[in-house]
Amino acid sequence: MVSGAEMMVRCLENENVGMVFGYPGAAICPFYDFLGRSSIRHILVRQEQNAAHEASGYARASGAPGVCVATSGPGATNLITGIAAAYMDSIPLIVITGQVNSWLLGRDVFQEADITGACASFTKHSYLVKDAKEIPRIFKEAFHIASTGRNGPVLIDVPTDVQNATVESFVYPQKAQIRGYRPRTQGHAMQVRKAAEAVARAERPLLVCGGGVVSAGARDELISFAGRTKIPVVSTMMGLGVVPMDSPLYLGMIGMHGHKNANEAMREADLILLCGARVGDRAVSDPQQVSEGTVIVHIDIDPAEIGKNMEVDIPIVGDIRLVLRALSAQVECTAPAAWQERVRAEKAAFLPKGKPRGGKGTLEPRSFLRALSAMMEPDAILCADVGQNQIWAVNNFNVKEGRFLTSGGLGAMGYALPAAIGAKLAKPERQVVCICGDGSFQMCMCELATLKREGLPILIVLMQNDRLGMVWEIQKKQYGRCPATVLDGNPDFVKLAGAYGIPAARAEDNAQAERLARGMLASNGPALLVCAVDPDEPTL
Amino acid sequence: MKNTLSVLVENQPGVLSKVAGLFSRRGFNIDSLAVGTTENQKISRMTIVVDGDAHLVEQVEKQLNKLIPVIKVKVLEPGRFIGCEPSLVKVSCKIRQHAEIMNIAELMGASIVDVAPQSLTLQFTGSEERAETLLGLLKPYGIKEVVRAGMIAIEKGAVTALSSGVAPQPGRAVQPGEKN
Repeated sequence: MVSGAEMMVRCLENENVGMVFGYPGAAICPFYDFLGRSSIRHILVRQEQNAAHEASGYARASGAPGVCVATSGPGATNLITGIAAAYMDSIPLIVITGQVNSWLLGRDVFQEADITGACASFTKHSYLVKDAKEIPRIFKEAFHIASTGRNGPVLIDVPTDVQNATVESFVYPQKAQIRGYRPRTQGHAMQVRKAAEAVARAERPLLVCGGGVVSAGARDELISFAGRTKIPVVSTMMGLGVVPMDSPLYLGMIGMHGHKNANEAMREADLILLCGARVGDRAVSDPQQVSEGTVIVHIDIDPAEIGKNMEVDIPIVGDIRLVLRALSAQVECTAPAAWQERVRAEKAAFLPKGKPRGGKGTLEPRSFLRALSAMMEPDAILCADVGQNQIWAVNNFNVKEGRFLTSGGLGAMGYALPAAIGAKLAKPERQVVCICGDGSFQMCMCELATLKREGLPILIVLMQNDRLGMVWEIQKKQYGRCPATVLDGNPDFVKLAGAYGIPAARAEDNAQAERLARGMLASNGPALLVCAVDPDEPTL
Repeated sequence: MKNTLSVLVENQPGVLSKVAGLFSRRGFNIDSLAVGTTENQKISRMTIVVDGDAHLVEQVEKQLNKLIPVIKVKVLEPGRFIGCEPSLVKVSCKIRQHAEIMNIAELMGASIVDVAPQSLTLQFTGSEERAETLLGLLKPYGIKEVVRAGMIAIEKGAVTALSSGVAPQPGRAVQPGEKN
């Protein structure tokens, strides 16, 4: 005889899950009992939201679904921001929640929450398990759904009595069979041919690299396609890290907080190849402006993204990796030299902003992030939070062969530190740096305990301006008054880290910050670098 | 513009809420939704009428296709399907008026399904326009209650929603915009 809880753990083992992030509670105790007896490593977070974010960072760095666990009621509801963030950025998560005994469902008993209902609009799929016999099939399906097609979070809610129920034997299915789910990978041959013809005709072609390129693992394909055809590349925020900033083919990030020359290229192009970019409002604020007279090719694994925000001339549904390979095989030409030269000249004219300074009591964050980028290993993983720190990071930190992790879609503050922890656990051999602001850091700083306990060498760079800087800037410009954005009452972050036993220091000029960062990176342990930043420092 | 979608879904708990929730959160206007079992007890059919232009209907179709328990979505071509909208109407009337109302019912193709001293209940199936005509004719007698169900629809001829295939062979060439 085998119990539901034991089967849950064995399902995870069958999926080669080595690590789960979680926080136990009464309703998930049967599962934890077996988890504790298995070889699966459990990372105890300090609040459930961080379990979801850590699983997200783990998933993005490892390429395998991240698993997080919480109990019923408040444990489950605390996960919601993390689940929604993963959904918006198409990250494969398996979210396991305990639930009250199934005969009590719907009676509003202690720690009951309808979590499958609450998460309906930001899970790829969810299950409320009613029968222990269903557990192997459900887990097999959940892993399949989360990690194929357009990746996303799948929630499995398991009532305590189902965890305790026993069945005759455990058999893990070889394959998931879901008749309503058939993700498409190969692009339609005729559409690919049309796209190839459009490339041949184009005078000003442009590649837009979105997060889908990262999810599909199509980095090499995109770089080789762009390299061979000499088609210039712009990126959305989610697509950062595919093409290094200093590549001659790369023009910069598009959008509200992007580079002027990259946005200019979007307006001037007569052919835009959207690769796994969903044309969100922050990337393309007015799709009409772009599409006028321009041929749009949209490659995406999710058919619903095509035509949702922008009219498309040539839609291609499929895995970008396969589509780019097919397209590459059919394109012989290279982009006209005049166009290449023009966009390159425009890029050269766009100089990075901000100069290092000293003696003012604050450092200049943009130039510091360029210096930080230069001192890190090429495959370092950068995690940025949300706000000014994020925009400073994306516009100045050159992700060469590493990864860039941020909450691009949901824009969830407090993402960077837990994501960095997840990423470091997935890739212990890589340098991991977490950039955050004093606002976002305080949303997740309880994770300093997790960081300390796991002894993870992560460098946290905390930009302290005692403000919610980006909102403060908007208020100042648009409203003339800045209510509720000053973070008075901030702690001494250096002492705070010290209380956790984490080395920390404060930098008040660029040279000092660079020196401290270098030392901290060499220390091979967790470290916090507090950077004093002028509140009037602009986002762009 | 009204569009009729025929949607085959797994007959599982929670599917209706997933479909209905999708409409509300994506801001799609739902005119009517009828759900019932099919010839296969594991599959239910939803007939959904939405109001919107071609772009909206394309999005509705694609977003519905993304739901895992949705097996097949078909946008029915106008003129290529038979639709029916059932309604029940309770009219207050005296016994001496029964003959008049039975006359109206016969003219409109409605049937009397309940007779009481103070009321008659009619069952009617037809287009919204014909239902309005019937209600107009009954109005002078005093309509006590109207119960209407959403439209159900079936395609004309031998074609069925499933005849274009539930589970295609792997590797089948697929048109863009099809199910992911």
